[in-house]
Order: sequence, then structure tokens, then C-alpha cells
Amino acid sequence: MSRKLTIDPVTRVEGHGKVTIHLDDRNNVIQSRLHIVEFRGFEKFIQGRPYWEAPVLVQRLCGICPVSHHLAAVKALDVIVGVGPDGLTPTGEKMRRLMHYGQIFQSHSLHFFHLASPDLLFGIDAPPAKRNIIEVAREFKELAVQGVMMRKFGQEIIRATAGKKVHGTGAIPGGINKNLSIEERDYFLKGEDPLNIDKMIEWSVAAIELFKDYHRKHRDMVDNFAAFPSNHLSLVRKDGALDLYHGVLRAIDHKGNKILHDVDYQNYLDYIGEEVKNWSYMKFPFLKNIGREEGWYRVGPLARLNTCDFIPSPLAQKAFEEFRAYTNGKPNNMSLHMHWARLIEVLHAAEVMKELLNDPDLQRDDLIAEGERCEEGVGVIEAPRGTLFHHYKVNKEDLITMCNLIVSTTNNNEPMNKAVREVADQMISGQKAIKEGMLNAVEVAIRAYDPCLSCATHAMGQMPLEVSLYDAEGELLDIKTK
Amino acid sequence: MAQTIKFTIDGVECTAKKGQYIVDAATENHIYIPTLCNIPGVKPRGSCRICSVRVNGRMMTACTTPVSEGMEIENKDPDIEDIRKAIIELMFTEGNHFCPSCEKSGNCELQALAYRYQMLAPRFKFMFPKRRLEATHPKLIKDHNRCILCKRCIRAIKDEEGHSLFAFARRGHNVEIIIDTKYSKNMTDEQAREAADICPVGAILVKERAYTDPIGKRKYDKQPIGSDIENL
Repeated sequence: MSRKLTIDPVTRVEGHGKVTIHLDDRNNVIQSRLHIVEFRGFEKFIQGRPYWEAPVLVQRLCGICPVSHHLAAVKALDVIVGVGPDGLTPTGEKMRRLMHYGQIFQSHSLHFFHLASPDLLFGIDAPPAKRNIIEVAREFKELAVQGVMMRKFGQEIIRATAGKKVHGTGAIPGGINKNLSIEERDYFLKGEDPLNIDKMIEWSVAAIELFKDYHRKHRDMVDNFAAFPSNHLSLVRKDGALDLYHGVLRAIDHKGNKILHDVDYQNYLDYIGEEVKNWSYMKFPFLKNIGREEGWYRVGPLARLNTCDFIPSPLAQKAFEEFRAYTNGKPNNMSLHMHWARLIEVLHAAEVMKELLNDPDLQRDDLIAEGERCEEGVGVIEAPRGTLFHHYKVNKEDLITMCNLIVSTTNNNEPMNKAVREVADQMISGQKAIKEGMLNAVEVAIRAYDPCLSCATHAMGQMPLEVSLYDAEGELLDIKTK
Repeated sequence: MAQTIKFTIDGVECTAKKGQYIVDAATENHIYIPTLCNIPGVKPRGSCRICSVRVNGRMMTACTTPVSEGMEIENKDPDIEDIRKAIIELMFTEGNHFCPSCEKSGNCELQALAYRYQMLAPRFKFMFPKRRLEATHPKLIKDHNRCILCKRCIRAIKDEEGHSLFAFARRGHNVEIIIDTKYSKNMTDEQAREAADICPVGAILVKERAYTDPIGKRKYDKQPIGSDIENL
């Protein structure tokens, strides 16, 4: 008798989704899918609104990384107001960069310390009552405090640049609406321990060491868990450097061959298509030149560290060299190494923030640039979870007529499904009994991508995980819900 | 020289010039009476009723009622405050006010009053009316979702010959503000800004000028509406 397992809801991720796993008579996995079951419709209801509302309105897709949507939208509008990505004033661009790297810092810290660390510290098989941030705080107090304070630091950077920690208004078409005062700057540069940038850099280095230590002790699991070859896509700076705010689109295959050659993202529709499947609200993007079947790709920290040539900050570059050396310079296709890559980006973000905080351009008053208005623009940014596309068309009356969003988690749709399949095959296939820890292993694979399913379907709500058990005739035998 | 008269608000003795409206006299005595449709210096209409006070036992609008000698005014009475709060709630439920993405947020008088009166959730049912957003004017956008029909724009924004650039159109619950195409043809940037600023909500917007006030520097970010009068 075949059976169907449903994990609903998936926990410790942003948003709401479920996993279904079909088993045959011998408990072999015959199909597994990550379903995204929410729908919101931001792309529709932004239509007819004045274009300058988009960065403030559309960012409400998400409460975790609204800054990414805020900035991707405003970058598209920069094009529409004729300023373009290269026409911002130094203060405008640097304030936005500071906002964005603050966002990367806080979101990555949240993911690693609050969401992922319970799996690493207590083990995938640990009971759910143990496998949570409260227990981390109880048993690893110092680490938990670091996580909370690092997130706070990033959030304070966002407050200082966007006006408030969640859903600010800082970036406006053509620039920014405030600079950074000396007092605000010194709060971050000379703040009372631990809330200062030097301590953040020190803790970021320590977090990488924490992961490396875990890796040393669990090398087989970390290297083989949900490891599969894939293409990788991200923005890179024109010289190939890691740049999370702006650049050109680059994609490589699993061997490291370039399959998208540093192209201008204004023409993203020439390169990227989106496929719809009837069992998920989340679309499946693919590279058109490779095709629907093989053109899917990963985005996010792992992809970024695979596509870029170097990291333009010294400590992160050193960590990057070690990361690349582990795979002999070849692309890293191991899903759990996403945590390693994410922590290297945390360190890079801290170093970039320090450099920006010491830049006197942030205290200048030339905030907004002007240009000749046009009717269409695309904004792309590297959000914490990966490449984020915003595309708008605006009519002569300044109202939005079209909006297309491809968010990071959507780009990772097929890889996450692939990861679920890999883990289901590894951990569940052929097993006589289904244990809770096996289901958590599926979640661990999804969680590594730090998915934001709310963003991906433009939906809201917590992310539950449910596993249903079906027999060969499709009769529901059992459901386990977390 | 205008005659000075004495009256009380909530038992506090106040003075005013004869003929002054209650709301203006209260302001001079550092007492805040909430207003929405009122514009200092422009003939009052009493249309929003938010300034309702009890004068010698009767409910009156403070913006249209002149003070008189010995008048006893009740302003902070719990029943009156509840009526005001109900008026604010009615305005929120009658239109479509989505503060989170509204560019007037932080500078909006209706929102500021809702905060001052601690409106958490309205007691009335949301009507979610279908309203238009008009963007055909070269300088202004009118978002009818947010309009509270206070007539401030009609009364305050005029051309050099005194013609109002705004007017009411339609009737009953379909009434809405329109821009007079003939008289507004030569509207200056300054007049457009003035129209947006005179609007107590985000119903009149200047094109391409939005969110320029950073959070923390907006009118009501630091202090509740009315604090400037109470702290004079």
C-alpha cells in the first residue's frame, strides 16, 4: 500500500508551506514536493497607485527583509525617474548601501542564530521541545545574546537610514530622504559595548568559527545532506566582486562554467522565464537559454559565493578563500554549506558597514538626483535570501500599470524541491517507521535556504509544516502537524 | 479695541476678544479643541463636527460659535471625548484609509487624531467603498479613498480673482472633490503644494513629491496633535 506524508506546516521559516511525500508499498519515496499554499497578490493591487508609493507599499510583502523590497522597488523607480542606477548622489547611494548591508546583517543573524542554530546545537533528531531558540538561550546563553545583539545592531542601522526598523521610508525615487548625523554615526562606531561595529566584526568572525567547528565534527552529514549539482545565479559587481546592492547578472553551471555572462538586469526577461505548476502558488523560474528542465538555478549566499570572483573586504575575503578552497575552487553544491556562506556574508556586511560609517559622504546634504522621466524600470538587488527582481511600468499620469516581482525564494523554488527530494530519499525512503526527526530533516533542508514563503507568494502568516500519510488508493491514513 | 470677555472651559477661567470663535479663543488660552475642517483665518463651516463642545449645556461646534461673556464650555468631558472618537472612527470606516503606505502618514491630521484619541479598532463596520484615484491633472493627484469632504481645499485654494480651484461634484453619498479644469489650468507649483498641505489627510497629493520628510521629522512623530497649543 503506498502512502503520502504531508509536513504541514514547515516550521522556523518565514511564511506558510507544506511538504508532501508519496511512498510506495515498500516505503520508497516516489514523489516529494514543497507546496506553497498562500496567495497575496501585491503585483495586482499596486496597479493604479502612484509609482512613488511602490517602495513603501510593496515592502509590506515581508516583515523580515522589507528593506530588500524597498530598495529593489526604488531602484526600478530610479530608472523611471531618469536617474538610473549610476546617477545617484554619493550620499544617496551610500545611505542605501548602509541600509541594505544592515538588513543583510540582521536577517542573516536572525536566520543563523534564531532559526538554524537549534538544529546544529541540539541535532536534527532532538525532540522539538529542545530544538528551539528558547533552549538555545537556556543552554548557550552567550551565543543567544550574540544573536539577539547582532540582529539589534542591523535593525538599528536600518532605523538610522530608513526611519524605522521595519517598513521605513528612507529610499525615494532618485535618492534618499535623510543623511546620517554625526550622533547616529557615532552610536554605531563608538557605541557602548557590545553595540558597536568592532564588536559586530569580532562576533561575525566567531560565528564562522562556530560553523567550521560544527563542520569538522559532522563533516559527512554537512557535506552530503541535500547536496546536489545546480546552476547558480546572482548579481556581481562589474569587476566580479561580491556586491549585494548593485551589479550585473551572472550565472554559472555546477562545474563553474558561465552560462549567463554578466548581463544588464534591465533585460532580465530576455534571460529568465517563469513556469507555473498547478500544485503551488510559487512560480518556477528558469534560464531561458538552458530551458525549463535544466535551467533552474540556486540563489542566495551559496550561489553568490559561487558566482563572485572575490569579496572586497579583507576578513571576509580570507574566509571566502578558505570556503572556495574546500571545493578546490569549484562551485559548492552542498546545501548545508549555505550556512557557511551566509556567515561569511555576515562578516562582509559588518566590514562594509564599518567602511561606510567612516565615509564623510554620509553627512552630506545632496540627497536626491533628478533626470528625464520614462515609463519602465527594473530594479534588482541581492536580498538576504538571494536575487530579487522588481519590474514596473508607469503611465503618463504617474500610475503603475504593471508590476512583476521575482523574489529570492521563488528563484530557489526548484532547488528547495530538489533538496526535499534528496533528503526524503536519504532519510525516509525504505524506512519502516516515520519518525519526527526524519520530518525535521526535510525541514532542515528547506530551512537552509532561509526561505521567505510569504514573500515568494506575496503572502503572510506563520509557516506551519504538516505531513500526511496516504495509502495507494489516495486514502488519508495519518497527519502529523507541527 | 475689541472688548475683552471672560468665560470658562472645563471650569478654567479664560479671556477672549468679543466675537472670537470658541476654538480660537481656546487656543489663545492654551486649551486644545480638536479640529479637522477648520482653517485659521478662513470662514469656518463646522462640517466635520470634531470640535463639538457643550456650551451652556448644548452641543455646539467650537469653530462656528463665538464666545460670549460668562459662557460655560465643557471640552474634556468623557461623553464629548467619546463622541469625537466616534467621529474619527466613522471617518476611518467610511473611506479607505491605509496609513502604512500613505505618504501623508506622520503629517496626517486624521491619523494624528486617531492616535490622540487612542483609536485601536473602530466600533463601526468598514464600508470599503469603491473610490477613484484621479491623476489626470498635471500637478496633483486626488485620492478619493482618503477624502473626508472637509472642504478645506475649496475654501482656501483660490486664484488671483478669488475663484476656488476646487469644488464639490455629484450629490449625496457620491459627492466628491473635483479640480476646476478652467481655473486650475494655470495652477502654480506653490498653489499645488499649498493644496496638498491644506488637505488634512492624503487626498490631495503633489505629483513626484513624496516621502521627503524622514520618519522622526514629520509633524506628529514626536508629539501628539494639539501639543503645540497645550504647551504654548
